[in-house]
Amino acid sequence: MPKELLKGNIAIAEAAVRAGMQAYFGYPITPQTELLEYLSARMPELGRTFLQAESEIAAIHMVYGAACTGVRAMTSTSSPGYSLMQEGLSYIAASDLPCVVVNMMRGGPGLGNIQPSQGDYFQMTRSAGHGDYHPIVLAPASVQEAIDFTLLAFTLAEQYRHLVILAADGQVGQMMEPAELPPLLPVAEERPVWALTGARGRGKNIISSLHLRAEEEEIANQRIQARLLTICANEQRSTEYATDDAELLVIGFGTAGRIAYSAVEAARAKGLKVGLLRPQTLYPFPEDRLSRLARQMRSCLVVEMNAGQMIEDVRLAVAGRIPVRFYGRMGGMVPMPDDVLTAIEEAYALHAAVV
Amino acid sequence: MMQALREPTAEMEVIYQHPAALSECRTHYCPGCTHGIAHRLLAEAIDELGIRERVILVAPVGCAVFAYEYFEVDGCEAAHGRAPAMATGIKRSCPENLVITYQGDGDLASIGAAEILHAAARGERITTIFVNNAVYGMTGGQMAPTSLLGQKTTSSPAGRMATLTGYPLHMCELLSGLQGSTYIVRRSLHDVRHIRQAKKAITTALRVQMAGLGFGMVELLSSCPTNWGLTPEQAMGWIETKLIPQYPLGDYKVTDEAKALEKAG
Repeated sequence: MPKELLKGNIAIAEAAVRAGMQAYFGYPITPQTELLEYLSARMPELGRTFLQAESEIAAIHMVYGAACTGVRAMTSTSSPGYSLMQEGLSYIAASDLPCVVVNMMRGGPGLGNIQPSQGDYFQMTRSAGHGDYHPIVLAPASVQEAIDFTLLAFTLAEQYRHLVILAADGQVGQMMEPAELPPLLPVAEERPVWALTGARGRGKNIISSLHLRAEEEEIANQRIQARLLTICANEQRSTEYATDDAELLVIGFGTAGRIAYSAVEAARAKGLKVGLLRPQTLYPFPEDRLSRLARQMRSCLVVEMNAGQMIEDVRLAVAGRIPVRFYGRMGGMVPMPDDVLTAIEEAYALHAAVV
Repeated sequence: MMQALREPTAEMEVIYQHPAALSECRTHYCPGCTHGIAHRLLAEAIDELGIRERVILVAPVGCAVFAYEYFEVDGCEAAHGRAPAMATGIKRSCPENLVITYQGDGDLASIGAAEILHAAARGERITTIFVNNAVYGMTGGQMAPTSLLGQKTTSSPAGRMATLTGYPLHMCELLSGLQGSTYIVRRSLHDVRHIRQAKKAITTALRVQMAGLGFGMVELLSSCPTNWGLTPEQAMGWIETKLIPQYPLGDYKVTDEAKALEKAG
C-alpha cells in the first residue's frame, strides 16, 4: 500500500477498521473526536456497528457487552473520559474479555485542557480501574506506529483475552504524517466458544466477575496474574538509538520519546555519548532491556510530559545501579528539543564531575 | 394423607412443570420475596415463545446479581446500573438474539438512570424487567429512589422526607414519554390475578423485541419483607395498600404495533 498523508486520529480509526473491528462505541472529547466522527461514517458503510453513547461510562459498558459476544470491539477517549471508563475497564479485565481502548491523553488534572500530555501513565499502567491487574499498554510515537499498534492491540487482546490500551497523546492524534495503512482484513465470522451467542446446541455460557467466596476470588486473581506473567515475559517492546557506546541513556515514550530522539541526535553531533530508549509497551514495561542497558550507562535521564510517572518503572528496572534524572513538562506543555538537550548536557556534565 | 409423587406416565397430561429456561438450583432469595415469582414468569414466557436458545440475559447488581445462575440461558453480569448499556453492546453485536436486562430499583432508577433513559430514547431493541420494591435489598434496606415518602429505611430512619431527598421516581411515567419506547407497563406480583397479568405483559414485551419494534419495559411491584420488616403475607398487603397507590398499575405506553402483538398473544 502506498503512503498517505494521514492524521493520527483518522489513521487509528481506519487501522481499526482494517484490523476487523466490528463494533465501536464512543463519546466526543477533544483531542480524539475525529476518530469517532470518522467511524460514524465508515462503520455503517461496511455494515458494522457504530454508536455514539450517552457518556464514556455507557461507551465502555457497550464495549463490555459487545466483547461478551466475541466481536472485535473498541472505544476511544481522552483523559477525563478515560477516568469515567475505569469501572468498565475493571469488569472487562476481570471477565477475561479482549477489547481495545484508545486514550489520546490531554492536559490535566481536572478538566485541564486539550493540549498533549502524558499525565495518565499511572492510571493506565497501574490498574485502570479497581482491583489487581494491569492492562497491556502500547505507546505509539508516530502516525505509522499508531497504525501498527492498533493492529497489534487487537492481536494481543485476542491472544491473551486481555484489555489493551493504546496510549497516545493529543499530538499523535492531531498531527499529520505520511503513513501506510494495512489492507482491509476480512471480519471474523465465527465467534469464540466462550462468547454469548445464545445457548443453542450447547450449555449456557456465563460471563461474570462475581466470586463471593474469597477462595474463588483469589483463584480468579491468580489466573489474571499468571496471564500477566506470560505477557511480561513475551511482550516487552522498545526501540533504541545510539545506545551501543552510550554513557547517558535518555528514556522517553510517545511524543516525549520522539522529541528526546531529536535532542539525542543533537547531543551526538556535539560528541556526547548519549543514547535513547523509547518504551513502546508501557505495560509490560521493557525492564529487561533497560536493566541490561543500565549496566553500561553512567546515568539516565527520563523525559516525560508529566511530573514524573514512568520514572518509577525506570527506577525499578535500574534498581539503584545508576542515577536516574528527570526532565518533564506538565499541563499540556510539550518540551522543546533544545530544552531536552540542555537537560542532557547538564546530566552529562555530572558524569565528568564524578570522575 | 399425602400421596406419594409418581413419575408421569403416557396417560398423564403434563399441566405444570419446571420451565426449561429456569435452572434447577436453589436461589438465595429471602422467604416471601417475589424475585422467585418474577424469575418463574420470565422463564415460562421464554419457554412458551420458544426462544431460550436465543436469549442473552444481563444480570444487575443487587439482589438479582446471580440471575445468570438461575436461568438456563446465556448470561452476563453488568456493573451497577449499566445493564442497558451492556445490553446495547450485546444487541448491536447480535441483533438476532433476544437481550433481556433484569434490574432492581436502585440499579435502574438511581445509579443507572442515565443508561436506562438513553437506551429507551434510542429505542434499543431490548427488554427490561424492572423489579421495584422501593428499597435497596442486597445492601440491607437503604432508601431507594422509589422509596415512598415517610418510608423508614436504614438510611432514612425518620422516614423519607421530601425536603431532604425529594420524591419517588416513577420510571414508567418517565420512560413512556420517550419516542423510542414501545411497550412500557407496570404490573404487580402481590396476588394470583396480578401475577397472571404480569406474565402476559412479560410475554408481550418479549414479543415486542422479537418483532424488532423498540424498547420495552415491564415494571413489577415486588415485595421485600426482610427489609420492610413485615411478614411475607403483610408484605403482599403493603404492595396493595402502599405501593400501588404511589405507582398505579397500567399500560403507560403501548404502541399500536405492540397492541397488535398483545392481542395476537
